[in-house]
This record gives sequence, structure tokens and C-alpha cells, in this order.
Amino acid sequence: MSDMEEVEGPEGPAAPHRVIGTPPPTPRLLGSGQGTEDGGAADGHGAEVEPAEERLPEVSDYPSHASNAEKIVAWCFLIAFIAGCGFIAAYVGLEVGSVDATLRSNLALGFSLSVVMLGLGLGALIWVRQLMPDAELTEIRHAPRSPEKERQAFAEYFAEGTGASQFVKRPLVRRTLLLATLPLAAIPIVVLRDLGPLPYTSLRHTVWAPGRRLLVYGTNQPITSAEFSAPGGMITIVPDGFTDDQDALAKAAVLLIKFRPGELQVPTRYDGSTLIGTMNWTVDNIVAYSKICTHVGCPVALYEQTTHHILCPCHQSTFDAATGATVIFGPAPRPLPQLPLTVDAQGYLVSKSDFTQPVGPSFWERG
Amino acid sequence: MTSSDDFKAPRWLAGTGGWLDDRFGGARGIRQLLKKVFPDHWSFMLGEIALYSFVILLLTGTFLSFFFVPSAAEIVYHGSYTKLDGIRMSQAYASTLNISFDVRAGLLMRQIHHWSADLFMASIIVHLLRNFFTGAFRKPREVTWLIGVVIFMLGLLEGLFGYSLPDDQLSGAGIRILEGVLLGIPIVGTYAAFFLFGGQYPGTAIIPRMYIIHVLLIPGILLALITAHLIFVFYQKHTAMPAINQTDRIETGQPFYPYFLAKTTAWFFFVFAACAILATFAQINPVWQYGPYTPIAISSASQPDFYMGFLEGALRMMPAWEWNFLGHTISFSVLIPFAVPAGIIFGGLLFWPFFEQWATGDRSYHHVNDRPRNAPIRTATGIAGVVFYGVLWAEGANDVIADKLQIPLYTVTWIARVLIFVGPLVAFIVTRRICLGLQRKDKELLEHGLETGIIRQLPDGEFVEIHRPMNEEERAILEAKKVPALMPAPGSEDEHGVPAPKSRGAVGWARGVANRAFAETVVVEADGHGNGHGNGHAPGEEYAELGPGELSESSVPHPDPLLWHPHEEPPEES
Repeated sequence: MSDMEEVEGPEGPAAPHRVIGTPPPTPRLLGSGQGTEDGGAADGHGAEVEPAEERLPEVSDYPSHASNAEKIVAWCFLIAFIAGCGFIAAYVGLEVGSVDATLRSNLALGFSLSVVMLGLGLGALIWVRQLMPDAELTEIRHAPRSPEKERQAFAEYFAEGTGASQFVKRPLVRRTLLLATLPLAAIPIVVLRDLGPLPYTSLRHTVWAPGRRLLVYGTNQPITSAEFSAPGGMITIVPDGFTDDQDALAKAAVLLIKFRPGELQVPTRYDGSTLIGTMNWTVDNIVAYSKICTHVGCPVALYEQTTHHILCPCHQSTFDAATGATVIFGPAPRPLPQLPLTVDAQGYLVSKSDFTQPVGPSFWERG
Repeated sequence: MTSSDDFKAPRWLAGTGGWLDDRFGGARGIRQLLKKVFPDHWSFMLGEIALYSFVILLLTGTFLSFFFVPSAAEIVYHGSYTKLDGIRMSQAYASTLNISFDVRAGLLMRQIHHWSADLFMASIIVHLLRNFFTGAFRKPREVTWLIGVVIFMLGLLEGLFGYSLPDDQLSGAGIRILEGVLLGIPIVGTYAAFFLFGGQYPGTAIIPRMYIIHVLLIPGILLALITAHLIFVFYQKHTAMPAINQTDRIETGQPFYPYFLAKTTAWFFFVFAACAILATFAQINPVWQYGPYTPIAISSASQPDFYMGFLEGALRMMPAWEWNFLGHTISFSVLIPFAVPAGIIFGGLLFWPFFEQWATGDRSYHHVNDRPRNAPIRTATGIAGVVFYGVLWAEGANDVIADKLQIPLYTVTWIARVLIFVGPLVAFIVTRRICLGLQRKDKELLEHGLETGIIRQLPDGEFVEIHRPMNEEERAILEAKKVPALMPAPGSEDEHGVPAPKSRGAVGWARGVANRAFAETVVVEADGHGNGHGNGHAPGEEYAELGPGELSESSVPHPDPLLWHPHEEPPEES
């Protein structure tokens, strides 16, 4: 400290010494063993005596390996300097704007930046390992727990303070205060209400409606059953009028699959005692299923012609297209909903109606 | 009072220091900080990797935010990437292409950002495992541990939102899955999804909302938590690995200034170099190849970043279970993968320190880490958790595994469905036995010393191998084992026939069982050969603190003629 006071000379008088009666300066940062050098014996750590201040080892002289290391460190930093200049040169000199130019620029910039970092890292590491004298210090680990006296004093003052606040004594104030904070706590949640509209029944409907044309995804052209004549084929369909509407497509995307005669088995169920065909909504062995997986909504995009299996690439739910898209493997709980098909006056495939059940993932209100 | 004979602080530095101390004080406290001791071990660098990856993330993320446009508004692209010329896409995707191809160093920054995010999560996982297996989470460091687990969980969310921002085809699938999972939450799920997305999926609200969560909300919380984490590490001091000069009372290591400061700065540069090298030579997330997001298309082998893999695997593994009742749907095929693995992993991590305290009844401070073998139940549980996580994670790439290894896809999933139950169990049993086996090896070393490979013939013709007793350093490591105290057996009674209070009831019984499992150990015999230091502690006794003074006793020459004493010349072979 004496050094520090001396050099402060020009700035003014040295730091004033402590005035008698004022509290001693206390360290403000989290440190080790605060307050124990003065009163260590009194604060419950009586058994521990602060060890004498350890000193770092003296740097005696420079052995030959240190002077070698010094050169290596300097080389590392020099290389980092050169690479840093190289980075700036590459930034200035190399334009981007095409894939090739970007890759060249990325290579030059990334390489030079890597060398900068490696040079600095290696230099610093060799410096600390080879040039600094090996030092090991020992510190006492103090228990974080405050001495019992301090804890009691704290508890006493806290009790005093609480008593003085009369928080306990005056229930009317206490309870009305708590009451006042209840709506306050609810406000942050309430104001989130306008984050979005309520769902109502919107998840139950798509934009498919009677007579809406099926357009081929990509070309956006309507299609007749004759045009889609190759058995085993699968194409993705979007609804006419919504070809660029992502919100509509997220529910209304459809797979169109053509079967050979006799391959497609229409699901049946017993209505009372008579077996009736359900979902008898196909045209010319062409069937339309929702493309949105009933698991968590990925597009079911993989179709295996020989087995008629539709596979979701996300979680491998597998649906049998020949039997009403029933689930044969994976986490999807339901078949893919089928879109009722028919043809319009021009012979184009159109939807007979919307899906008869909600498409996509399960939700609480689905039922 | 100069600190070194070589160096005297220049006037400007000393003057500045004096000026600051006049106003804020703190010379003493800061001196103590500068002299703060850091115990050394390679595994203590893992947390630093996470810290420095976070710093790199902040630096590169700030750069990216200058150019990224967080908007779902559609535009027609006419930029430098000609393959997508004329394609409709969101501004978010278009601006990501611009960062990649039209901003100098933009691609490098994007790739460093993504690589350091992966490094952040990977180093957190390894750092967490190190702290678990060495018992570094024990009193007084439970809160530091809890904060770390929360950082891990927030990191998952931060990463998910981050890689989803470019609005490319691959990450869009991830967001679609997020929506499907939200819908699967009973009662509030549909509302949660509608409020997050501002209506039906996908809408236009999700990108700006993810953006502000990704660049402000979560990083802000992470910054606060990381700061608290570091302050606690500083304040409570670092743990030490078992060694001769590390006890629960003293720690030994190099001081912060200049040693640790220089080392950790070097380490920062190395971490940055690793990210920069990866970003230069290893392409990551080439969004221009995936194309802009549309909910209608997807590519095969869609995988999230590695840290989301275990949740993805859980979704893939689950069979199709769903309940419909009273007009409502509970989709267990979404709910269980969403809640159960994460609940087991994160819940387990959060509760473990307190469970262990409850089972061992150990309320004392622990500053010296355990060697994993010396806590067989903890280590076995940890390995079981690793296997559980690993099976989920591998199943997250089941299609790739099936493709590369030519195993049928469904077989891979079925193997995972079996392994998720059997794997952790087997891992637990095997690991526990390995731990006890390694303890037996330690016992052997302490009681009989190390086999030297030197054979000596005794006067009666018998050949024996010379054992060298452990030296002080080796002995300190081996003897650092601490065994939890054994509680009264469940249902046991004291001399008055009163059952021990903590052993009553089902909870007491469970605690007794857990306690006996934790207290199991290989006892080192007190009169073992070459062990002049009595350490035959039965389970239940706390080991006495080993001070340097006590340790030096153990080098007293031992009368056993078969032992080679380190201070003697090695015996000649006869």
C-alpha cells in the first residue's frame, strides 16, 4: 500500500487514513476468508488459524529452456498477428455474392480466424506453462455457514424488524395487501390473452368443400382420373384457390394414390347387422388421404408402391393405403382421414365434401 | 512491500488503482480474489468450454441479428443464390440466404454460431456428468447444481428456437412437431398452440415470437443464471479431486492471477479456435439446400440437432396409445414421449442431490470429490441414466441406423423399445459390480501394495513377488474414500424397544433400504500388510480427516520382509 500512496502524490494528498471511530473498510467483493484475519478466532472457526501469507516463487534467472519458450511464445503471437492481418485482407479483398465466392471467402476468413485463435491460445498456454515459475498456494476452506452468534443476531433483528413493521400484529393490513397482489399476479397472464384467437372448431375444418378442384402440387393444374392412370403412383394435391396459402395447406394437403383394380379394399363396418362400406369415396381406384400425419403433423411423404405403405419420415408411423390408411406401425393413433372424391362436369377430380373428421394431430377437444 | 523484485507498477496503473480504491475501497478483497486458489484437474475445463461457447454465441449472435429479418412475410427471392431465384419464401429465410451469400463473413458467423451452440450443449452435458459422477453437487453446492440443470434445460429450448428461425424446410418440420406436441397436452394444449402461433399453424407470428425469445428472453435468463453459477463457484470455492494436499479443510492450487487467468484465457482462444476450424471446414445447417419451409413437403432422414435427439427418439419409440372418453382425447403417443423421458432425466437430475442426502443421512460439507468407484450406487444410477438417454438418442436416428446398418426399420424401433427398459437395469447392475471390483483393487493396493514384478526367492526356496507399498500421494488418493453412515436397520429397536424414528413406515423402510445400498463398500482391513495407517473403518464411521502430518506417518518403515520400502534401494533379484 505504501507504494500506492507514494505514486498518488501528484494527484493530491495520499488517501486519507481511517478516521478513528469509523468502521474499517470492508471488502465488497465476494472473496475468500473475509473477516477471518482480524477476528478468525472469535467467529466460530477458532480451531483454524489463517496461515501466514504465502508468496509466489521468485523468478530467479532465465534458464535456457525459458528463453527458448519465450521465442516460441513470441512466434505464436506473431503468427496470430499475421493471420489477423490476413483476415482483414481477406475481408477486404474477397467479395461474396455467389456460392463459389462465398466458399472461397469462408475458407480464407475461417482459416485466418482459426490461426489467430490458435496462435493466441498456444502462446498463452506456453507462456503460463514454461515462463511462469511453478506456484502452488494453499487456502483454507471456510465453512460457508455463519457463526451461531451471527445467525442468532440475524434472527433477532429480523424478528425485531417484523415486529416493528406490525405485519403480524395487524391482520387487516396483511390480508388486504395479499388480496391486492392477487389480481396483480394474474395480470401478466391475462394480458397474454390476445396472443392468439380461441380455437373454437377451427381444427375440425379444412378449406376442402363440395366441388373444389384437386390441383397437382407444383404445377397447380387440375387433374382428371384418366390423366392419373399409372397404377401405383402417388402425387401431392393442393386445393384450388389456396395453392399459396400456407395456413390452409398445413391442414388441406392431400395424397392422391392410384391402385390397380381390386387392390383397394374399402373399409367396412357393421351398421346394426348389415355390413356397409364406409368411406366409399374413391373414383376409378383413386383414393385421397390427408397428407398430415395424425401423430404430430408431419407431411407423410414416403410411399412404397409394392406394399402400399405410406411412411411418415419424422417418426415412422406407417399407414396401409390399401385399407383406408390404417396404422400398421409407429406412434400415430389413427388412420389418415380420407377426402371424399368425385368428378365435376369437366371430368376433373374434385372433393365431394370436407374431410369428415379432423385432420392432423390429436387435440383435447377432438373427441 | 513490492509483490515481485522485477516489477513495479507504472504510475498510471498504480494511480488508477489508488483512484479507484479511494472511491470504492476493495484493495484487500480484490487482492484476495487475485490470489484465489484454483485446484487443477483436466475435467474442470469442461464447464469453461460451456462458458466460452456461450460468449462466442453472444458475439456471433449479435452480428447475425444485424442482418437477420425475423419476419414470416412472403417475398420472391432474387438474391445471389440463383438456384432459388424466383421462389416465394419468408423474409426470415431470404435474410438467412443473404447472410450466407451476400454478407462478408456472414456464412462464417452463422456456422460458428451453430457449431458453438452444439458445443455449448455438448460441454454442458459432459460437465454435468463430471459433476454427477464425482459428487461435486453435494453440500454446499446443491444450488449451483440446480442452476446448472436449469441452464441445460433452457439451452435445449434456446437451441430449438435458434435453429428454427431460418424458416427452412428442415427446421420447419421441427416446429410442426412442436405444434403437434403442444396440441397433445390435455385441457390447455389447443389453447397453448393457438396462443404460441397466434392462431392456426403456421401463421406469421411464430417467427418474430421465437426471435425475441431466442435473442432476448432466454439469453437474458441464461446470462443471469451463468453469472450466479460462477459467483457460487467462486464464493464456495472449487471442489478438488482427491490428492495429498486436498482435504475438506484446505485446498491447493495455482492462484487466479496470473496463472489461472492466463490458462483460462488460453482456453477461451482454443474453444474459439475449435469453433472457427469447424465453421471453416465442416459445413453445418446448409439451409439453402433444404429450401424454404412449406407445411406440405418434407425430406427423409429429418433429424434435429443432437441435443433434441432424445426427445425425437422418445416420439419415435412410442406405440400408438390414445384414449377417447367423454368427448375428449388424450394422446399418450405424444404426451408420454414429451413428458416422461424429460421428466425422468431432468427431474432425476434436480432431485438427486436431495435424494442422496436423504438416503445417506449425510449433512456435512464436501469439498473433495468422490472417485466414481467409491460411490457405487450413484455411479450405477448415473450410468443407467446415460444408457436411458443414449437409447432415446439413438432411436432419434432410427431411420439412419436402419439405412446404414441394413437393419429393418421396425426392428430398430423394437430393439429400442426393449432396451429402454432392460438397458438401464443391466447398466446399473454391471456398473455397481465394476465399482465394487475397483474398490477391491484399491483395497489390495492399500493392504498389500503394488506388484513390482520383482520375484525374490526365500531361504526355503519359495518364490514370492515383492510388493511396493503405496507412497503418500497414491495413498492419499486411495484413502479419500468416504462411506455414508449406516442408519439403524428398518424396524430395529433401541434398548427400550422403541423403533428408530426414521425407520418407521414405508418411507422409513425405503430410506433404510436406500441407506444400506449407499453404505455398501469394500472395507480395508486395519491390519493390512504395509498399511501402517489404521483405516479399517467399518461402514458407518466417518473417516478421520487426513492432514499432512498424519500422512507422513505412513512412510514409517514396515517390518514385513517381503516389502520393498521406497526409501531403500530396490532389492536385487536373487
